[in-house]
Amino acid sequence: MAAGKKALVDPIFDNNPIALQVLGICSALAVTISMSNTLVMCAAVIFVTTLSNVAVSLVRNHVPTNIRIIVQMTIIASLVIVVDQVLQALVYDISKRLSVFVGLIITNCIVLGRAEAFAMQNPPGLSALDGLGNALGYSVILLLVAVFREPIGTGAIMGFELFKTVNNGGWYVPNGMMLLSPSAFFIIGLLIWALREWKPSQAEEPEYEIASNLQYREAY
Amino acid sequence: MLEQYLGLFVQAIFVENMALTYFLGMCTFIAISKKIETAFGLGVAVILVLAITTPVNNLIYNLLLREGALAWAGFPDVDLSFLGYLSYIGVIAAMVQILEMFLDRFVPILYNALGVFLPLITVNCAILGASLFMVERDYTFVESTIFGAGAGVGWALAIVALAGVREKLKYSDVPRGLQGLGITFIAVGLIALCFMSFGGIDI
Repeated sequence: MAAGKKALVDPIFDNNPIALQVLGICSALAVTISMSNTLVMCAAVIFVTTLSNVAVSLVRNHVPTNIRIIVQMTIIASLVIVVDQVLQALVYDISKRLSVFVGLIITNCIVLGRAEAFAMQNPPGLSALDGLGNALGYSVILLLVAVFREPIGTGAIMGFELFKTVNNGGWYVPNGMMLLSPSAFFIIGLLIWALREWKPSQAEEPEYEIASNLQYREAY
Repeated sequence: MLEQYLGLFVQAIFVENMALTYFLGMCTFIAISKKIETAFGLGVAVILVLAITTPVNNLIYNLLLREGALAWAGFPDVDLSFLGYLSYIGVIAAMVQILEMFLDRFVPILYNALGVFLPLITVNCAILGASLFMVERDYTFVESTIFGAGAGVGWALAIVALAGVREKLKYSDVPRGLQGLGITFIAVGLIALCFMSFGGIDI
């Protein structure tokens, strides 16, 4: 049971897929402009990662190693097709706004990365927990980014007005840059910084140490 | 006509840069940008694969998958577009494999240079992303070839630029928690900010 808990909880902060493993950044950042898009995207990723881990784990002993990537891709692509069709049926306008990014879950490195690194070696139950945990770790980062981007960029979150914007006769001038791509990089960079200050063992060693100044007075 | 294609090419490189405006191919973009040489090798491989797979997927979409496309086979009502994702990723995986064997046999120098990166490209979101954009925007065959090549050049340009920044960055004194991944993200953000100045260019 301890292994199961570890597989589920570890990826959320200690071994976060985005902040430490550098997986799944691809389709993640563009959807964080609005909270509702982010929630739908997270749900889709949680669904796909968990089920693909289970499916890959079930067939792991019957797949020859040299075609395993194709097999994994096929499983993942089929799951994403299911998600895409469900989204188009239930929340059509959000599915239109996410446009190509639902399809890009196929190449989301988290899904393939976990299938390859974990599900190929572990039984289905444990793999399901690992998939769920990693998808949750991904969702935490995504939601944190969206929590900053949407209110600062538009003054509202999920249609609920936090700051009254100038256009509506209020005081807040929306920061348009938050809705553009660079801001997402800045926020993620700062989030990683915060996470590593909190858990210093995740910090990377600098490649070069700057020598301290030994001379008493450098220039005359 | 030619002007329109040139415009599309320039737009795909700068205005709609795959890496910096659409965040595609980010995993490899961050992971393999520590050295300019490797970044350049990967960039060339991406250009090659994008310029091949986008038009091939365009043919598959227009001749087999889209609504009414199977009329030539006697099935005018069949709409297979929901099979899109599966077919595109299959085409991409197969193309990368074929390209790898082809280069191994005929251009060993390039094969040795690209070696490790070719299989990685299958899971590069930029490749699948270009195919999906191509379908969404309904490009013709010629347009999709130009779009694919342009998107590849843009991605390669971005990764080489980032590698250049990172090579200098490792000598600088960065706070410990920001070291590595954190500062890389911020550097990417600044490069993306620069690329935004290309926005609105129209040829």
